[in-house]
Amino acid sequence: MQRLSRDQMAARVARDIPEGAYVNLGIGLPTTVGNHLPKDREIFLHSENGILGMGPAPAKGQEDWDLVNAGKQPVTLLTGGAFFHHADSFAMMRGGHLDICVLGAFQVSATGDLANWHTGAPDAIPAVGGAMDLAIGARRTFVMMEHVTKSGEHKIVARCSYPLTGVGCVSRIYTDLAVIDVTPDGLVALEWVDGLSFDELARLTGAPLRPARAGS
Amino acid sequence: MIDKIVADCASAVAGVPDGATVLVGGFGGAGQPMHLIDALLAQGARDLVLVSNNAGNAEIGLAALLKAGRVRKLICSFPRQADSYVFDGLYRSGRLELELVPQGNLAERIRAAGAGIGAFFTPTGYGTPLAEGKETRRINGRDYVLEYPIHADFALIKAQRGDRWGNLVYRKAARNFGPVMAMAARCTVAQVDEVVPLGALDPEHIVTPGIFVHRVVAVGDTVQIGPAPAPAPGPAPGPAPKAD
Repeated sequence: MQRLSRDQMAARVARDIPEGAYVNLGIGLPTTVGNHLPKDREIFLHSENGILGMGPAPAKGQEDWDLVNAGKQPVTLLTGGAFFHHADSFAMMRGGHLDICVLGAFQVSATGDLANWHTGAPDAIPAVGGAMDLAIGARRTFVMMEHVTKSGEHKIVARCSYPLTGVGCVSRIYTDLAVIDVTPDGLVALEWVDGLSFDELARLTGAPLRPARAGS
Repeated sequence: MIDKIVADCASAVAGVPDGATVLVGGFGGAGQPMHLIDALLAQGARDLVLVSNNAGNAEIGLAALLKAGRVRKLICSFPRQADSYVFDGLYRSGRLELELVPQGNLAERIRAAGAGIGAFFTPTGYGTPLAEGKETRRINGRDYVLEYPIHADFALIKAQRGDRWGNLVYRKAARNFGPVMAMAARCTVAQVDEVVPLGALDPEHIVTPGIFVHRVVAVGDTVQIGPAPAPAPGPAPGPAPKAD
């Protein structure tokens, strides 16, 4: 089967982000979606630390440490971009002004519950940052993750076993194997990679799944 | 004549009592008032409750204050960083209390304190471990958690320029928590790169009006352009930092 690379996953997510969208890309894998946004679309990237119109990384030597992204890496500001304080920045999330956020995940449940901030390990240093605000704030929350863990365990599950980030907040899941919508009637596979049968995909998914198209 | 400009950082943090709740601005290094934190370290107040988005890096800024054992409790959204070993050690050994707050709730709880709001219902955190034991309410079909304001004795923030009335402008994303923290403390102290004459700041562009600011101190140019500073040294071998 043709498992998607991380770059291909990022490109696949980017394809679904329309002109004019206000978008927050989470730390890690979701950040790479920014490298694949079509140049002919104007898309507003939001950063939780008070940036709209965030641009790519600066040239070497031009890093400005007052202009960093949520992962505290140097970025740039596009022409027309704006700065604002934290309460305004999170009002943009909580107030439903962002169209899309893209987040990584440990687990997503069949009803769109998201677990992405804590593995529940007792010795882990807890840190949540903006994950809970983002998860419930954007109009649509996309999750981007490997379909199963490195050891082959389900990440799409009937019920999350890890501590939750948000309840019923995920609208779509992009994995290295498939694109799956979370609907009121359960999980619906919109597409999956070549060489993988729907039945195999369903076996790799820890909750009931049905195909969007018949006969696949 | 009103003059909120103070001569040096020591005067700027004078009077922070033991046990004080202190808001500290910054998102990672951006906007972190390093000069004021160093002055607070020298000033000696202990048993502090610190409110800040992060827990400091390596052994500078907030991490230095933690390492010196001055902090009883940290209210924070994201203490874990690649080089937050000072926090990690204190937390794991139970010598530092942590109240973990989702970042937007942290900002709004601070804003609420500054705006005189008694409490507010937020959807963030509902159904998660961070809302356990908290009052909830369903409003128009959506579930919310009741959160209370975070009032503080002092706020230490960083701005780019300020004037003698305490009006402030910030630089780029170093603004982050500064404006909301300024509103929420009985005494707000701003370190600025530059003090400018009254009238030099365009009134249309002032971000924090002076009513929220009590002391301003000039520290000189802190703008950092170029590659990241050399990687911080790893944790010192041996036991976790001693809380004295």
